[in-house]
Amino acid sequence: MVVWTEQERAFIQEIFGKLNYEEAGPKALSRVLIVYPWTQRYFGSFGNLCNSEAIIKNPKVAAHGKVVLRGLDRAMKNMDDIKNTYKELSVLHSEKLHVDPDNFKLLADCLTIVIATSMGTSFTPEKQAAWQKFLAVVVSALCRQYY
Amino acid sequence: MSLTAKDKAIVKEFFAKVAPKAEEIGNEALSRTLFVYPQTKTYFSHWADLNPGSANVKKHGLTVVRAVLNAVDLIDDLKGGLLTLSELHAFMLRVDPANFKIINHNLLVALAITFPDDFTPDVHVSVDKFLAQVSLALSEKYR
Repeated sequence: MVVWTEQERAFIQEIFGKLNYEEAGPKALSRVLIVYPWTQRYFGSFGNLCNSEAIIKNPKVAAHGKVVLRGLDRAMKNMDDIKNTYKELSVLHSEKLHVDPDNFKLLADCLTIVIATSMGTSFTPEKQAAWQKFLAVVVSALCRQYY
Repeated sequence: MSLTAKDKAIVKEFFAKVAPKAEEIGNEALSRTLFVYPQTKTYFSHWADLNPGSANVKKHGLTVVRAVLNAVDLIDDLKGGLLTLSELHAFMLRVDPANFKIINHNLLVALAITFPDDFTPDVHVSVDKFLAQVSLALSEKYR
């Protein structure tokens, strides 16, 4: 059972409150495709991913970045039961998309970096700790249905 | 995943901007390492104050970032250039190399916070590769 302190809950709400989903999602997804290029293997149907500029301008990447962030929003709204909230998503990533679960951490790290660029020093060590704990729970929930 | 000429150029250009803010970056990176990954505090049990921003943390953060800046100058031969530092980490400090990934991550967070516009995805990938090579060079003498 994941235990959240009141402070951690407040930090997570604050971070999501400051996030522009329409921007942060696309930024995080394009960053993971650039920084860890092997992740492009899952996006064969997305068209031109030839270089950073193409990835950043790619409309399918942008659209999918928004989908990912909306998924994270669901976790934020169900913080006390992320495991069950993500049950179908976990099956989807395992059975249909066949995503290597190590990749979840890579996207999580890129999202943390995007948040750091937008929040600056207001992304304090305490907020970083809460945020990374949240992402670790999300990643764990996504990995759960793999076998 | 070795460094291309492009990686080296990007790293040199970006770290020239980092140099004047070495203390700030070092403080952020080390503070976060100790706070977000409390197991790393085990290496600093001799310090009185391990809280973010303490005098010890600031001083040592600067030491670390200065060493990284020095590594930029040694970018064409990291293994050779960092031999002494590797011996220090291997025989004296005996820092588990898994921790290099942790401080690297927090260095990236510190850089993203301080250089929101300059720390583009292209800079990020080159810096990440560079820090990974530095970690490898530091691990060289371990066994």
